[in-house]
Amino acid sequence: MRGGIVMNQILLAFSTIIIGVFGCVAYFYFSNLLLDRAYPAKGPNAGRNINRANAIRPWLFLGPAIAILSLYLVYPVVNSVWLSFHDASAEKFVGFDNYIWMIKDAKFQESMLNNLMWLIVVPGASTFFGLIAAQLTDNIRWGNLAKSLIFMPMAISFIGASVIWKFIYDYRGEASAEIGLLNALVEMFGGTPEAWITLDFWNNFFLMIVLIWIQTGFAMVILSAALRGIPEETIEAAILDGASPLEIFLKIKVPQIWGTIAVVWTTITITVLKVFDIVLAMTNGQWGSQVLANLMFDWMFRGADSGRASTIALVIMLLVTPIMVWNIRNARKEMR
Amino acid sequence: MADIAGQKARLTWAINISVVALVLLWTIPTFGLLVSSFRDADQIANSGWWQALFAAEKNVIFRSAPGDAQIQDASGYKITGNLFDGSDGSVLAFGVSSKAPTEYLPGETGEMTRNRQMTVESNGDYVISSPEPIKSRRGIRIFATIQEPPKFTLDNYEKVLFSEGVGRSFLNTFTVTIPATIIPILVAAFAAYALAWMNFPGRALLIAAVVGLLVVPLQMALIPLLKLHNEIGIGKDYLGIWLAHTGFGLPLAIYLLRNYIAGLPREIIESARVDGATDFDIFRRIILPLSFPALASFAIFQFLWVWNDLLVATVFLGNNEEQLVMTGRLRELLGSRGGDWEILAASAFVSIVVPLFVFFSMQRYLVRGLLAGSVKGG
Repeated sequence: MRGGIVMNQILLAFSTIIIGVFGCVAYFYFSNLLLDRAYPAKGPNAGRNINRANAIRPWLFLGPAIAILSLYLVYPVVNSVWLSFHDASAEKFVGFDNYIWMIKDAKFQESMLNNLMWLIVVPGASTFFGLIAAQLTDNIRWGNLAKSLIFMPMAISFIGASVIWKFIYDYRGEASAEIGLLNALVEMFGGTPEAWITLDFWNNFFLMIVLIWIQTGFAMVILSAALRGIPEETIEAAILDGASPLEIFLKIKVPQIWGTIAVVWTTITITVLKVFDIVLAMTNGQWGSQVLANLMFDWMFRGADSGRASTIALVIMLLVTPIMVWNIRNARKEMR
Repeated sequence: MADIAGQKARLTWAINISVVALVLLWTIPTFGLLVSSFRDADQIANSGWWQALFAAEKNVIFRSAPGDAQIQDASGYKITGNLFDGSDGSVLAFGVSSKAPTEYLPGETGEMTRNRQMTVESNGDYVISSPEPIKSRRGIRIFATIQEPPKFTLDNYEKVLFSEGVGRSFLNTFTVTIPATIIPILVAAFAAYALAWMNFPGRALLIAAVVGLLVVPLQMALIPLLKLHNEIGIGKDYLGIWLAHTGFGLPLAIYLLRNYIAGLPREIIESARVDGATDFDIFRRIILPLSFPALASFAIFQFLWVWNDLLVATVFLGNNEEQLVMTGRLRELLGSRGGDWEILAASAFVSIVVPLFVFFSMQRYLVRGLLAGSVKGG
């Protein structure tokens, strides 16, 4: 019986892949064929036909993508704005009630404050460690192996990482031996073991460590490529002038990769604004560790209030917007 | 000269040691859980994983053989046996009552009520003697502090895979991940080609829109799309989550592929056009094969992202037992089996092993994709 269900599921998945892939290919193939038939590139009107076909064809290529993007990313933004002005079940218009509630809500204030702390600590720390790891591993023979190992947490899910770190922070109480690494170390150095993730305020930092652990590898990989791209001559000149390795790193290398550092910083900033799984798994926002994304999730599921949840989602969107604008401007500059 | 060389050697040492420290810091957390996933449940709860290779000490309450097993000799009645029943271990101390569970050393004789006496040897052999017949159906309690050799086992994995539902979730995750990885690629590749090599009004605007959509938080999309999915009847369905992941992955796919395709040499494409190839032919015969590295990069990204995702799966697939994915299962186990680290560790590793394999075998493409995706401003 169970085997049957599983088989069905696998069949369903494979048929979807086949239907999806064939559907895509068929759409592109036949729509192009149709266009070529409608405006054949021969006969008396060949020139005009080619022009017309060329004007239409890009939209055939873009059609599915634009449709999906509009439905899955653009429409929700508009709809969320609408929802934020309506009540819990999206039936009655309530004006700015949700916004007023939000500003006064203690949990929201706590989330904003915590998100702010995350924003200050995590991108900075990840970029800092990433830069150090990149510089150090570029100079040794087993650097690539070391890089792989530091990069590895990137492949682990946030929830898997939360299990890994929850085990490190584990607290057993006074009667039994500590099996969490952190408490064992604390005990070894004569301290008192604590239930770290329930410590008001400080627990935020224990959660941040998880994300820093994951994101450092990302920062390292990108910064390492940037460091390698620095022209040799600038470094050689500095060596001839008698600069120490530290001076070369701080005064010659780092200033040349500011652009990349900024990109790494902003990319991690966006990840931080959306951080959700770690908080959900470690504390679920208890003990003063709530963040916006988890608060939104809470109001969506437990609160079943689409108005309030959408309002919180819009705040996250608003916080991301400056980076979005900055990215678009950079992309446009590059294309010119 | 020698001085400089000496300094350099010292610096190399310092660098090597720092990197070792960094690598240890970054791998020990995962390693600890990996070791624990192979340890015996009792041992995990009683000693840290770093002591996994040493004998573990613990306090146990044993029961002697029942009264039926007693034998009678000249001095009275006796029950004999071995605490470890054939397995390895040694007794460090024992006691006859819960008030003093470590009162006696092995080999000593403990005085019990009703003139009974108990002796436990360090190899686990015990003798309980009594002047009167022993009436005990369940056996007499023996308190002991024992030392057990390290125990490694695959039981944890067997347990989570077959009785905690992790095996099912593993399959579900594959069901979600593979279509959600493959479908966006095709849609994105055509769009990327159009954005890179076709001229039409509004192209720059569309590219800017894609760059903008890259960072739109998922949280925005959840409620409106869930409502929409519920209305058209794919609310808690695989089809719904495939579509959702396709939508959310598309901006990155288009962005990565467009950057790559735009960088292909102009001459190849122009000469094909001169030869009379249509855009569809050019795309199929030239662009697709040449873009393999970029396609692979995106495929890995999307695979890791979908495999590791919890949010989209919770919202669009729900938490029912039949469809729960690995991340959802882990979250549920964290709630229901919070302190059972043998279950959590083994489950976590079942969920981590696939992305880790993909990561280590295709790291080259992943790094290339990361560089293309963020150095240029993603």
